[in-house]
Amino acid sequence: MTTSHIKLEMRSITKEFPGVKALDRVDLTVRAGEIHAICGENGAGKSTLMKVLSGVYPHGTYTGDIVLEGETVEFKDLKASERAGVVIIHQELALIPELSVMENIYLGNEVVHRGLIDWDQARLQTLDLLARVGLDVDPRTPIKNLGVGQQQLVEIAKALSKDVKLLILDEPTSALNEDDSENLLDLLRGFRGKGMTSIMISHKLNEIEAVADAVTIIRDGQTIERLSAADGELDEDRIIRGMVGRALESRYPHRDPNPGEVLLEVEDWNVEDPTIPGRMLARGSSFTVRRGEIVGFAGVMGAGRTELARSVFGRSFGIYRSGTVRMHGKEITMPTVESAIKNGLAYVPEDRKTLGLNLLDSIRDTIVAADLDRITPRLLLDDNLEFQAAEKYRKSLRIKTPDVNRGVATLSGGNQQKVVLGKWMFTEPELLILDEPTRGIDVGAKYEIYSLINKLADEGKGVLMISSELPELLGMCDRIYTVCEGRITGEVPAAEADQESLMRLMTTTTSSAA
Amino acid sequence: MKSLRGIFGGDIRQFSMLGALVALILFFQVATGGKVLTPSNMMNLINGNSYVLILAIGMVMVIVVGHIDLSVGSVAAVTGIIVAIALRDWGIPWWVGLLLGLAVGTVIGMWQGWWVAYVGIPGFITTLAGMMIFRGLNQYIGKSNSVPVPEEFQTMGGGYLPEIGPATGFNNPTLLLGILAAAYVIWSEVSKRRRAARVGFEPDPIYVAVIRAGLLVAVIAYVTYLFGTGREGTSFPIAGVILVALIVIYHIVTQRTKLGRHVYAVGGNRAAAALSGVSTRRTYFFVMANMSVLAAFAGMMFIGRARASGPFDGTLWELDAIAAVFIGGAAVTGGIGTVTGSIIGGLVMATLNNGLQLMGVGSDATQIIKGLVLLAAVAFDVYNKTQGRPSIIGLLFRRPPRPPGKDSDGAQEPALAVAGGGSAAASTIGAVQDQTTATHTAEPGAAGHPESPETSHSQPSAREGNEER
Repeated sequence: MTTSHIKLEMRSITKEFPGVKALDRVDLTVRAGEIHAICGENGAGKSTLMKVLSGVYPHGTYTGDIVLEGETVEFKDLKASERAGVVIIHQELALIPELSVMENIYLGNEVVHRGLIDWDQARLQTLDLLARVGLDVDPRTPIKNLGVGQQQLVEIAKALSKDVKLLILDEPTSALNEDDSENLLDLLRGFRGKGMTSIMISHKLNEIEAVADAVTIIRDGQTIERLSAADGELDEDRIIRGMVGRALESRYPHRDPNPGEVLLEVEDWNVEDPTIPGRMLARGSSFTVRRGEIVGFAGVMGAGRTELARSVFGRSFGIYRSGTVRMHGKEITMPTVESAIKNGLAYVPEDRKTLGLNLLDSIRDTIVAADLDRITPRLLLDDNLEFQAAEKYRKSLRIKTPDVNRGVATLSGGNQQKVVLGKWMFTEPELLILDEPTRGIDVGAKYEIYSLINKLADEGKGVLMISSELPELLGMCDRIYTVCEGRITGEVPAAEADQESLMRLMTTTTSSAA
Repeated sequence: MKSLRGIFGGDIRQFSMLGALVALILFFQVATGGKVLTPSNMMNLINGNSYVLILAIGMVMVIVVGHIDLSVGSVAAVTGIIVAIALRDWGIPWWVGLLLGLAVGTVIGMWQGWWVAYVGIPGFITTLAGMMIFRGLNQYIGKSNSVPVPEEFQTMGGGYLPEIGPATGFNNPTLLLGILAAAYVIWSEVSKRRRAARVGFEPDPIYVAVIRAGLLVAVIAYVTYLFGTGREGTSFPIAGVILVALIVIYHIVTQRTKLGRHVYAVGGNRAAAALSGVSTRRTYFFVMANMSVLAAFAGMMFIGRARASGPFDGTLWELDAIAAVFIGGAAVTGGIGTVTGSIIGGLVMATLNNGLQLMGVGSDATQIIKGLVLLAAVAFDVYNKTQGRPSIIGLLFRRPPRPPGKDSDGAQEPALAVAGGGSAAASTIGAVQDQTTATHTAEPGAAGHPESPETSHSQPSAREGNEER
């Protein structure tokens, strides 16, 4: 290949933090007009590499060369890289909810005419940008009124407004549902058709397989290999092998299901939206979970899976209207989270950073946080009991940390998730609700989490698992309920289900279970 | 270095503040030609600041939980006038007056707690209103006059322990308190080692324990000497005894009880706390109510010391208390701060006041200096945090970094991680603010902790110390 076809070359990038090599002679070659994926486990160095590229780590703090369109570039900050046409879109969107679409797009880059912002011009340009990303909304709509998928498109429109030459997307679909993801990938394909070059960091290997032209795999701060679609090297197993350094026999650990008596029964459950009066989050929903059973909730994003689960868990979401809950066949009420915990329920939230963890806390503080009574023999908390509990879960969950006094913020996503799991296992629940338990964690850690879930079921606990990834539900669950618009639209044994049949049930608004 | 750190305990930030306090005292001692460390001056210092320090105890909990209380001065004032008038007009004994004052504080606290916890008005607004309401009430009830208080109250606010027992050349109660404190230090050191052995921790090396206990006992001995050998009839002030008792109680409440954990949990991440079974309302209610009770108590101590309750008592106290808390390492965004840190912060301010006054610096210049110190104390940490550099103290105590952990995000960002390790407390203010501007999660429901991508910016470790890597 000739240099004219190469958009970006990062040569032998080494980035050291005091005593630690985060990147060790990493090479990255991106050809013009391709979609290039970067894969690697959490902590492998993907984000560090992108921070080097986008000038977050300025020139001089790393060694190696960045060559953009044949010219060596030395970015001293993010602004400099953006001027050169390198635009990065982060996993967590950086939009301001209260501002409008156009205000967000031109934030920091305002259309100025004689010292004043020319809003008419900005609106015209915004309409043009929105058309390019296929988003049909009024530029004056506040961001908070848009869905996550639409917000993602606004971010891309914002990038386009900066005359982007190289678009970097960090986990672009992690918060999107299937439709929005597909839409976004189509958009990327369209950009490629027009000659734009993109780099995409993703954990979703099926997406990479679907859109990427080439993949660079990074492991432990080193480039492992570069795979190319043209050579037919892009398949999921191949990528996984590169990422973890070994072949993963099966993505889901084996388990012999042995369901016992019915543990939790929710019947005719009705919950109203706390902000929109009259809108129901759950409508006449009924479901059961047995001891030793893993039950799945499938549904598109916004279908009401999380809302349903949380409304049962101590009515922590929505306004309870009617319905009954039975544990062990006995009717109970759980008006507060505290009472739900006392009744043997646990809820591991989908977003561990905003709902599951206090990031200021240490691991040991976190493990005991949901059941302080257990470490309070009399009036005062007992340090030793706390330490012993934390150590117990550090060992049994294999939380990778030298010391349970470390802050949870220092852990990787997979290990944070283990801490949250440990926090709830510490309450010795009978039923665990796991909401997206493997979101945003890498393949190896996922397998460990799956094994833990299986172990919990084998111990006779009931598990209710909510997931957006259908293969995960099919691979892990014994039974799957489909949820759509707050209704349970189907109940199928996992052995008889496949992705297509689930997807059909997830998108029907009438109940077929009845 | 490591053992030096072991001697002084976990929290570097508090240690550096303590170092600053000692340096400040020594500086003024030299600059004033020895006027600072005298029995009468130290007694003045304690008597003149105990009420603000008591406010700081309550204020740190309010700030940790994520609110602020601007009404404490007014609450103190209204309590003072009610108690003073009740004592004068109703002829009730002093201790009934004391209970009455605490009851007034409780009622006011429940009022403010109710607005904050159950109506959802931010503490800032609720207490801004309270500041006006209770100031007005003080002046209405007292008709803007001064009302004197009886002798027992004066003793509580500005009195001394009695001279009893044999002539030892010391004030005997002070001596006794000193001995008890020293004994406690030694006992706690021994019991800590015994507990460590039982659970299978590796205890600190024996010399560390000995030096630590030795230093503390020496400080206690010196303080005892200082306060015990004052003018006949003086001793460690009663206000100081009350203050120390409150510090101990609230230190335990915040660090060793469920309630304390709930305060930190709600302040650190309200949504996560709620999903862990913590009642955020009850926590807010308690913290706000508790603040007013402490304010009432401080108000009564103040009228004792001033010998009367007046219409302008407690003006601007809230700001002194808030400054003490932030100098002591609390974070504006909540979740971080300790009782002991805030007391040290308050003592820094008090020492500045006192030392500058002894040097003959006017109150104009003193205010300017105090303001600059507040800015500098917080800016120092914010700067280090944003520069990704450890603080000077953090640098001194840095261990050689570990080899990269494969699965640890920390390995990606060790520079910042070390900075985070350097100083746990107020340093996070900067980082957390960075995060707030860096990300705007589009999820209004999640009132959680603001969070930057990859959480790399701030890696604040456990508030209880051990933040070193």
